[in-house]
Amino acid sequence: MDSFFGIPWAALIGQLMVGLINGSFYALMSLGLSIIFGLLHVVNFAHGAQYMLGAFVAWGLLEYLGIGYWPALLIAPLVVAAFGLAFERLLLRRLYALDHVYALLLTFGVALLMEGGFRLQFGVSGQPYPNPLSGGLDVGVTFLPLYRVWVILAALAVCLGTWFFIEKTKLGAYLRAANENTPLVRTFGINVPRMLMLTYGLGVGLAGLSGVMAAPIYQVSPLMGSNLIIVVFAVVVIGGMGSILGSIVTGFGLGAIEGLTKLLYPDGAGVVIFVVMILVLAVRPHGLFGRAH
Amino acid sequence: MHFLSPRTNLVLLLLAIAAVAVAPFVAYPLFLMKLMCFALLAASVNLLVGYVGLLSFGHAMFYGAAGYVTAHAVKVWGWDGAAGILAGVGTAAAIGLLTGLLAIRRQGIYFSMITLAFAQLVYFIALRMPFTGGEDGIQDVPRPLVLGLIPLHDGMVLYYFVAALVGLGFWLIHRVVHSPFGQVLRAIRDNEPRAQSLGYRVLRYKLLAFVLSAALAGLAGSLKVLVFQLATLTDVHWATSGEALLICIVGGMHTLLGPVVGSIVIVSMENYLASFAEWVLIIQGAVFVLVVMLFRKGIVGQFYAYLASRRPAA
Repeated sequence: MDSFFGIPWAALIGQLMVGLINGSFYALMSLGLSIIFGLLHVVNFAHGAQYMLGAFVAWGLLEYLGIGYWPALLIAPLVVAAFGLAFERLLLRRLYALDHVYALLLTFGVALLMEGGFRLQFGVSGQPYPNPLSGGLDVGVTFLPLYRVWVILAALAVCLGTWFFIEKTKLGAYLRAANENTPLVRTFGINVPRMLMLTYGLGVGLAGLSGVMAAPIYQVSPLMGSNLIIVVFAVVVIGGMGSILGSIVTGFGLGAIEGLTKLLYPDGAGVVIFVVMILVLAVRPHGLFGRAH
Repeated sequence: MHFLSPRTNLVLLLLAIAAVAVAPFVAYPLFLMKLMCFALLAASVNLLVGYVGLLSFGHAMFYGAAGYVTAHAVKVWGWDGAAGILAGVGTAAAIGLLTGLLAIRRQGIYFSMITLAFAQLVYFIALRMPFTGGEDGIQDVPRPLVLGLIPLHDGMVLYYFVAALVGLGFWLIHRVVHSPFGQVLRAIRDNEPRAQSLGYRVLRYKLLAFVLSAALAGLAGSLKVLVFQLATLTDVHWATSGEALLICIVGGMHTLLGPVVGSIVIVSMENYLASFAEWVLIIQGAVFVLVVMLFRKGIVGQFYAYLASRRPAA
C-alpha cells in the first residue's frame, strides 16, 4: 500500500512533517505569549520581533564570531531574554497600573522599531543559515531530514519542560499563585515585580529560542517575525490562553492541519488557521482550552 | 469641547471650515486629501477605542476592502461615483457585521488579536482574488461623475467633495458620541457588567458601534481610492491598521479632534520623510514608544488637560 485515500504516503508524511515544523513554532510562540499574558496581562506584540531577534543573533554569532548553531542555541535565547528583561524593567513595568491598551501599544511600537531597524540594516531579503544537521532518516516510505526531526522533538521537549516547570516546581507554583491573586502572594513576602520581570524574560527567551531553531529552516529575515506572529495570535485565540498544555496541543494540531491542507487544497493553506479560528469562535467563544472570565 | 463655550465652539467650527476651504490654495491638494482620508480612518478606530474601549487592530480590512470594491466598480463596471462609494462602504459594513459578530464575543486583548487575524485573512484573500490584481493592485482608477453631475476629474471639485464627505463622517461620529446611544457605549466601556445589569443589550450596542466604525473606515478607503486612483495591498496590510492607531494615540484617544491633529502630524511627518522611506517603521515605532510612555493623552488630550487646569483660576 503506497497511498492513503489516493494520497501517496511519501507526500502525506512530508506535508505532515512540514506542518509539525510550523506547529513547533506555533506551540513555542503561543506558549511564551500565554506565560507572559497569564501573569502580566500583557499581550506581547513584540513576540514576533523577539523571535526575529533570536534568529538574527544566531546568524550574527556565526557571521561575525564564527560561533555555530549549538552554542547559539543557548546564547541567543539568553541575549533575547536579557533584552526582554531590560525592556520590562525600563518601560513596560511603568504601564501595569494603566489600561492594558497602553502596554499593547508599547510592545507594538517596540516591534515596529525592531523590524524597522533590522530592515534598515539588512534589507528585506533573507540571510541563509547553514543546516547544522545534514542527512536524514529513512523511514521506509519516505526520507525525513534530520534537522526537522530534531526541531520537532526539541520543541516538544521545551514545551513539556516549561509545563513541568510551571505546574510542578515551587517557583512555578509562585507564578501560578501570583496569577490567581497577586496581593495575597505579595503579603507572603514574595517579590512580585521581580517575578513579573523574570516571567517576561522567560517568555521572551522562548521566542528567541524559536528564532534560533527557525534560522536554518526559514531564511533569517526582518519580516519573519510579523509574518509568524499574526498566525500565532490566531492560534492563541483558538486555544485560549488559559492552559499551557492547551497551547502545546493547539500549536502542533494546527500546524498539522495546515500541512495537510497544503496537500489537499493548496490554495487554502494560508487561510485554514483563520477559518478554524472563525469556527471555534462561533462554537466556543473562549477558545478550546480557555476559561470564561 | 466641554471646556469651551458654545459660542467659541461655533467660531472654531467656522474657522475650521474656512481653513479647509482655503487650504488647497496654500498646500498641495493631494496631500490634504490624503490627510483627510487618514483622519477619517483614525477617527473610525478612535470611535471604538476611545468610546467603546475596543482596540481594533484590523481596520485596514475595512479600509482596503472598500477601496478595492470602489475601484473595481468604478473602473471595470463603470459605475457612478456615488454608487461606487456606496458599494465600498456597504462592503466594509458587511465585513464589519460578519467579523464583529464573532469578535465582540471576546473582550480586551482577545478582541485586538481577533481583529488582527481577520484582517490578515482579508489580506490573503485580496492577495489571491483575481479582481484585486494581486501585487499590482487596481491601477488607473478613473475619477467618475458623482450622481451624474459632480465631475471628480476636476482636482478642486474632488478636493471639496472629499472634504465634504470626510466632514460628514466626522459630524456623524460627533452625533453618535453625543447621543443617548453614545452614552450607553461609554457606560459599557467604563463598566460592562453594570451596563448589562441595567438591562442594556451590551453585545448589540457593541456590534452596532463596530459596524458603524467599519463603514466609516470603508468610506475613508473608498475616498482614498478616488484620490490616488489606486487600490493596493498596502491598504489591507496590518501596517495600515497600526498607522491608524498611531494617529489616534498621537492626537489623543478619547477626543473627537485627536484623529485630525494626529493625522496632520503623522501624515506630514511621513510626507517630509518620504526620501527616508526605510526609516518610516523606525520613526513610527519610536513615536509609539514615546507617546505611550510620556504623553498618553495625546496632543489634543494634553491641550484639554491644560484648559481644565486653567479653569479654576479663571
